[in-house]
Amino acid sequence: MSIALSQTSASGAVGTAAAGLADAGRDDASLRRFLHGLPGVDQVGAEARAAALATRSIKTTAKAWAIDTAIRMVDLTTLEGSDTAGKVRSLCGKAARPDPWDASVPAVAAVCVYPDLVATAVQVLRGTGVQVASVATAFPSGRAALATKLVDVAEAVAAGASEIDMVIDRGAFLSGQYAKVFDEIVAVKQACGSAHLKVILETGELVTLDSVRRASWLALLAGGDFIKTSTGKVSPAATPPVALVMLQAVRDFAARTGEVRGVKLAGGIRTTKEAVRYLVMVNEVAGQRWLDPATFRFGASSLLNDLLQQRHKLTTGAYDGPDYVSID
Amino acid sequence: MSAFDNTAFDYAPAPESRAIARLKPSYQIFVDGEFRDGRGEAVKTINPATEEPLAEVAEANAADVTDAVAAARRAYEGSWSRLPGSERSKYLFRIARAIQERGRELAVLESLDNGKPIKESRDVDIPNAAAHFFYYAGWADKLGYAGFGPNPRPIGVAGQIIPWNFPLLMAAWKIAPALATGNTVVLKPAETTPLTALTLAEIIAECDLPPGVVNVLAGGPEVGQALVEEPGVDKLAFTGSTAVGKQLQRSVAASGKRLSLELGGKAANIVFDDAAIDQAVEGIVTGIFFNQGHVCCAGSRLLVQESVHDEVVSALQDRLQTLRLGDPLDKNTDIGAINSAVQLARVRELADVGEAEGATRWSPACTLPDRGFWFPPTVFTGASQASRIAQEEIFGPVLTVLTFRTPQEAVDKANNTPYGLSAGVWTEKGSRILWMANRLRAGVVWANTFNRFDPVSPFGGYGESGFGREGGRHGLAAYLESEA
Amino acid sequence: MPSKPAGRTRTAQPAERVAVRKTYKLYIGGAFPRSESGRSYPVTDPAGTLLAHAAQASRKDLRDAVTAARKAFAGWSRATAYNRGQVLYRIAEMMEGRREQFIAEIVAAEGGGADAAAAQVDAAVDRWVWYAGWSDKYAQVVGGANPVAGPYFNFSLPEPSGVVGIVAPQESSLLGFVSVVAPALTTGNTVVVVASSQRPLPAVSLTEALATSDLPGGVLNLLTGSVDELAPWLASHRDVNCLDLTGVPAADRVPLAQAAADTVKRVLAPATLDLAAEPGTSRLAAFVETKTVWHPLGV
Repeated sequence: MSIALSQTSASGAVGTAAAGLADAGRDDASLRRFLHGLPGVDQVGAEARAAALATRSIKTTAKAWAIDTAIRMVDLTTLEGSDTAGKVRSLCGKAARPDPWDASVPAVAAVCVYPDLVATAVQVLRGTGVQVASVATAFPSGRAALATKLVDVAEAVAAGASEIDMVIDRGAFLSGQYAKVFDEIVAVKQACGSAHLKVILETGELVTLDSVRRASWLALLAGGDFIKTSTGKVSPAATPPVALVMLQAVRDFAARTGEVRGVKLAGGIRTTKEAVRYLVMVNEVAGQRWLDPATFRFGASSLLNDLLQQRHKLTTGAYDGPDYVSID
Repeated sequence: MSAFDNTAFDYAPAPESRAIARLKPSYQIFVDGEFRDGRGEAVKTINPATEEPLAEVAEANAADVTDAVAAARRAYEGSWSRLPGSERSKYLFRIARAIQERGRELAVLESLDNGKPIKESRDVDIPNAAAHFFYYAGWADKLGYAGFGPNPRPIGVAGQIIPWNFPLLMAAWKIAPALATGNTVVLKPAETTPLTALTLAEIIAECDLPPGVVNVLAGGPEVGQALVEEPGVDKLAFTGSTAVGKQLQRSVAASGKRLSLELGGKAANIVFDDAAIDQAVEGIVTGIFFNQGHVCCAGSRLLVQESVHDEVVSALQDRLQTLRLGDPLDKNTDIGAINSAVQLARVRELADVGEAEGATRWSPACTLPDRGFWFPPTVFTGASQASRIAQEEIFGPVLTVLTFRTPQEAVDKANNTPYGLSAGVWTEKGSRILWMANRLRAGVVWANTFNRFDPVSPFGGYGESGFGREGGRHGLAAYLESEA
Repeated sequence: MPSKPAGRTRTAQPAERVAVRKTYKLYIGGAFPRSESGRSYPVTDPAGTLLAHAAQASRKDLRDAVTAARKAFAGWSRATAYNRGQVLYRIAEMMEGRREQFIAEIVAAEGGGADAAAAQVDAAVDRWVWYAGWSDKYAQVVGGANPVAGPYFNFSLPEPSGVVGIVAPQESSLLGFVSVVAPALTTGNTVVVVASSQRPLPAVSLTEALATSDLPGGVLNLLTGSVDELAPWLASHRDVNCLDLTGVPAADRVPLAQAAADTVKRVLAPATLDLAAEPGTSRLAAFVETKTVWHPLGV
């Protein structure tokens, strides 16, 4: 791939100038030139590669490591219209101490809630090391005025969220208004201040892996700290081929810029088996350095209990039952 | 120390149990429906990953070949060629099912005897062998619709000689179409990998095929030669090296014996600058490192457009760092053992030649086991079209990288070989794919994929890669009398 | 009816015009050279009467013929099947117009009556028509899509093998010749053919029709001379892909087929050749390669 070197970037995304990527963020035409100049993704080949990685057999010590690592990567999530302070407090308790009987079980990475419940979560989690993430920007559809989205972000940050999960404007992306998407991400990033920005691509609406690759690069060029698959409200959500392409994007972005950005898979990941397969994929596609909560996350709710049950199985040798993990 | 003390994601060993193979201390040849000791030498077949003996095999001699051909003749004339196709069909379906039932056993046995990773024997060799019997089973009672005339006739007794790289799968490729068309068979598996073919004989016996319809003779080249010279053989089918194929063609020249040959290759895998690079890299890896490169259609010549050479080679090297070489029975092994000391010596020799010729040799960091026959995945860059490693079939995990500038140059270089078995093309431009596919002189063209096999898909070469096709409707022709 | 075109009348009667005799040459690369060796050999009718001195091709002529055939292969094999069919049909048209000439030449070459010769010419013309019609149908009949168990489109098509070396039948000087060269040409191969040693003249005249039939030069190359001398060079030539030994007696085929094995040539050595029967497709099948192409189905 090659990108024309050029004048100054109007949007001025951080870190990309040194890699000759500055021009890419200038306007629709230059973004289009860059994004459409990325190598294509052959769907069948990508699916075959993802399926091949899923045949790795992770046993004993490797499985134990994977389970604890996966727990530390969970963004324990509740994003329902029926969410309440009580529900969030309960979830936060679970996040900080997933297994009441076993203190060796690590805490999860973060709790992820709507903006209006950020304050509750922050209060419960103070001092635990568990981060509070908030979805924002008119989640999940993103169909609101930019000003509204920015207010949404600002309020979540003001309430103490240290991570913001924004959604991109898929309509703009699919209609080729790349600069609009880019500029929104830049604006949200500014509104985040020191909070980390995860950019939700909603890959289920982008449909093709070519679009996933382009949206990934668009989000990375615009300054997203993480690229995230899904809101969890659209099916399909995270799938192995989508994860593969996004991991390739952060790998290639790091190779080009030296900057290591993260990937978050969200939606539909419920079992330890799936989570371990994704860790294999991270390991072999992006590389071992991404096997860290700072660069890889699972957005999930029921996954945590399955991880705990599988951990029990490894510890005790006996298969576990649902009565031995908490319902939150 | 608890299981949770690991500090990195090191995959723990995940070995398939050797006991699943139900390895027997000794194996016998299968003639006229009976297992018996061959009258040749009793040899030990070894595990190439460890050099440990696996079992003793009582090999056949020339007299056994004569017996087997006579038994096949009796079976052909006595029952098999007259059996209605619908009944032959059901025998083949039985075999297909039985292979599936014993799939795991066969996979472990294959990996032990051949050295290939269990994930390949489990996911490729054995399922494809069963699928091949399924496919041809369905043809047995429909031959009149296959385009070879209303009442196509079998040829007679088929002598079949197969190599060691896909032992059971090659046996299936040979036996299934021969039986479906009403021929009877004398099969000789390779000397270093007889176990799954002899277990297939056991399956065939359990399926109650009439005695003599399938005979399996373990043995070396002299047994193969005896089979070639046996006057009672009407049809010879051979998969193996081009050198041996030529000898075989010479020895049956103008004799009236029918012949099909599936020989060597030096396939070009062509990557254009607009390719889906990540998938192309996978295709390169699959192309040459699948089955340790012991594949006649292996993409052993990477022809990469000069403008993306560095990018592709660098991505390839990164990818090769993740390959896991070692115990073939470990489910996470990607690269298994070289099948024999002889083959290892050849691979080593040609790799040394490549270095001596001035090409740059590269392998990922990997530790080779102390015992057994091992060779690391190897990539040669900076080679020229004139170098031996760009011309000769290495039949090992060795890739030679060459460059081109234009589509025509890619075609010219790809076709610049006496072989013509397969080729790969990687580009996102549809019209170019078809243009390339049209001009490549190869029996199989994989566009944006590589090393895919399917029972319905004809396989075979141009030029010195042999003649005749295996698989699909076309595969029937090799076992039917040609129309007058 | 014209005067006996291939025969020689010893003396001219006072009132009769002196016939212009034809020189029977080779046909290589679209040109009609004599043998580079300068050799010729007498061709007689069955009674021993001299008909002509035909060119006696050498191994170097054979080499040149193979070079010409290889050079013509790219164009002929990539011509559309429709175009090949048009050209082959044009050959039939050109032969029809020379019907009387061929009848006379066959009578001269083979003996027998004019009726039998006429039947042979008609059958030879009809054979071109039969094969002309096949050119854009054969791939449809033997090729097709293969329903593989995966997300791939997979199809197989026949492609020409390349340069086909043919020893034409010794007896049937025209129909036998057409019956072996036409199928090889139909599927897009180019041909180097050694005509019947004793009866080469009708085949030579046929090449004169070919030259006016839009058949590109080099697609068919004709050698006359000794089969015994030429066939071994044809069989061992490394740039010949296929060998058709129809015109070689069974007893003499083995060394040729053995030489062909050195480059894994496709060898056709049929026990019989039934010229009266409908040809079928086996000769079309003899010199084609099945190519199978895979491509993923994805978005």
